[in-house]
Amino acid sequence: TKTKEQLSKQVDQLLQLNKQFDDAFWEDLEEILIMSDVGFKATTTLLERLRDRVRQEGCNDSETFKTLFKEELAALFPQPAKRIKPQPPEVVLMIGVNGVGKTTTIAKLAHRAHMQGQKVMVAAGDTFRAAAIEQLEIWSKRVGAGFYAKAPFSDPASVAYEALDTAQAEGYDTLFVDTAGRLHTNVDLMEELRKIKRVLAKKHPGAPHRTILVLDATTGQNALSQTKLFAKDMDIDEIVLTKLDGTAKGGVVVAVSLEYGIPITFIGLGEKMEDLRPFSGTDFAQALLDL
Amino acid sequence: MFDTLSDRLDSIFKRIKGQGRLDEKAIQEGLREVRLALLEADVNFKVVKTFTDRVRERAMGQEVLSSLTPGQQVIKIVHEEMIDLLGGSQEGLNLKGPAPRVIMLVGLQGSGKTTSSAKLALQLRRDNHAPLLVPADVYRPAAIDQLHRLASEIDIPAYPSTSEMNPVDICRDALEKARENGQDTVLLDTAGRLHVDEKLMDELARIKEVCAPSEILLVADAMTGQDAVNVAERFDELLDLTGVVLTKMEGDARGGAALSIKSITGKPIKYMGVGEKLKDIEAFYPDRVASRILGMGDILTLIEKA
Ligand SMILES: Nc1nc2c(ncn2[C@@H]2O[C@H](COP(=O)(O)OP(=O)(O)OP(=O)(O)O)[C@@H](O)[C@H]2O)c(=O)[nH]1
Ligand SMILES: Nc1nc2c(ncn2[C@@H]2O[C@H](COP(=O)(O)OP(=O)(O)OP(=O)(O)O)[C@@H](O)[C@H]2O)c(=O)[nH]1
Ligand SMILES: [Mg+2]
Ligand SMILES: [Mg+2]
Repeated sequence: TKTKEQLSKQVDQLLQLNKQFDDAFWEDLEEILIMSDVGFKATTTLLERLRDRVRQEGCNDSETFKTLFKEELAALFPQPAKRIKPQPPEVVLMIGVNGVGKTTTIAKLAHRAHMQGQKVMVAAGDTFRAAAIEQLEIWSKRVGAGFYAKAPFSDPASVAYEALDTAQAEGYDTLFVDTAGRLHTNVDLMEELRKIKRVLAKKHPGAPHRTILVLDATTGQNALSQTKLFAKDMDIDEIVLTKLDGTAKGGVVVAVSLEYGIPITFIGLGEKMEDLRPFSGTDFAQALLDL
Repeated sequence: MFDTLSDRLDSIFKRIKGQGRLDEKAIQEGLREVRLALLEADVNFKVVKTFTDRVRERAMGQEVLSSLTPGQQVIKIVHEEMIDLLGGSQEGLNLKGPAPRVIMLVGLQGSGKTTSSAKLALQLRRDNHAPLLVPADVYRPAAIDQLHRLASEIDIPAYPSTSEMNPVDICRDALEKARENGQDTVLLDTAGRLHVDEKLMDELARIKEVCAPSEILLVADAMTGQDAVNVAERFDELLDLTGVVLTKMEGDARGGAALSIKSITGKPIKYMGVGEKLKDIEAFYPDRVASRILGMGDILTLIEKA
């Protein structure tokens, strides 16, 4: 795309023209990062670290700079903790604001688990949004996963509880629980999430074993507030960043990582169930600057 | 974080002690704070630049008002310029021309098109129109089902499309049916798509050609970051948008995207989505959104009076 080419050209020129990495260079770099939603504060932090590294290593060519940049950025992203496989079924709870891609990401993760030979079930915990249950049901068929749902407007916690009951009885390896989109500022709906978590834990100690916050790469600085408020109520284990197939860079996860240190595990790159990749800090850094 | 903008500005001006007139140095420093606040509110970097230039020009050499601190005075100018940019007065839907009139909703995935089309249909019926909802998203699983459910919830007719049909055919035929059945407004709910997806963008152009909509509304999420300008620019280039619906505004997003989109396309923001229920839609009020982008509801009432 036009903007992408411009940006990558810009960086290349920046690196070629500015062998000495002067103030103008750092300012231009700052601009690029802010235009990628990294945010002013995180950009400042990142560039301070980078400046130190450049000085220390006496870096004066663009190739070395690219490597340093990738290293510094990748170092900001915490590695996911090694998890011990829980007593099955492993319960994965998907949360996030409206329309970010929770249901589609469940389909992608379920597909992945299914391909790895697991017996997978998905539970329609969004009983509120019109046809959310049907949407997940269609995905479950495409993926080849088990499906559990109750009637629209049922209590989501009871859906989660009964789905877990069925998954236990029928020997499933993994259960993905979908939830309705909700804004993090909606106190009642956040309480509803806590209730889902409580009933799952009661039925199966340790559940939900993975609580995944879905963030949309198109989102700007509000992702910080989303992470803060969802984390306050829910103990987030992982973040999945969706919609990276557009022109948005998702730079706000740099700020999110700096502030909350939650590992990013996967990225979404499209609307199909195959469009999921493990997150790599180096690749992300590379895409951020189109290096 | 943001309610301190006026504090920060005040402390700058105290330090500088600009007397009589707002002097250049004070304005420069003040505008740096404004710039930060706008970036934190997700206003696009380039838009921030042109915007603060405008403010600087107006502020330069202005007499200091006795009723305000210099910091407040800068905010007053910023606020006025912002309202001006966002569109001085509130604009509704264009419903002129012979019936049936077509309103087409477009935008990125998950922005709120389907929900907003049902919300608009409800509003239109309240204003004594006879709307027809048209599900034209044949791609996303259960998208058609979603609009049918919403339609039946508010008892408004929906065109019986299926995912085997072609979106352009759906829209053409629905318009024909509306004519036959005496429905005077047709709302086209299109599939979410990326502005860089040429095939799907072309589909929108063809729908436009066939249906000649009187409104083409970009539905954009209030939480959108810097990319809002790329998205709006591409949709506008291709379709010549007539307006914008900004969704999910009931949360704590500053909504800087509003300023970015308006400033890039010049197209008015007509409505705001403020919840998931179908009554949760409001007219767009530039003054309120300007205060919100600046993050300073209370102080502004004070400043407005001065
Ligand atoms: N381009 C792109 N679109 C995506 C991606 N992930 C999801 N989508 C699309 O985004 C839209 C919303 O996805 P959903 O999975 O329904 O999102 P959700 O978070 O479950 O939405 P709610 O349940 O309504 O809150 C759909 O049109 C998806 O096809 C992605 O990685 N890239
Ligand atoms: N909180 C809130 N949620 C909204 C608002 N408008 C829409 N939503 C929610 O956002 C999510 C996506 O809305 P949809 O109407 O399905 O969005 P869409 O643009 O049609 O999505 P695709 O067809 O997948 O591209 C749903 O969960 C809606 O309930 C709003 O104003 N506030
Ligand atoms: Mg969903
Ligand atoms: Mg839709």
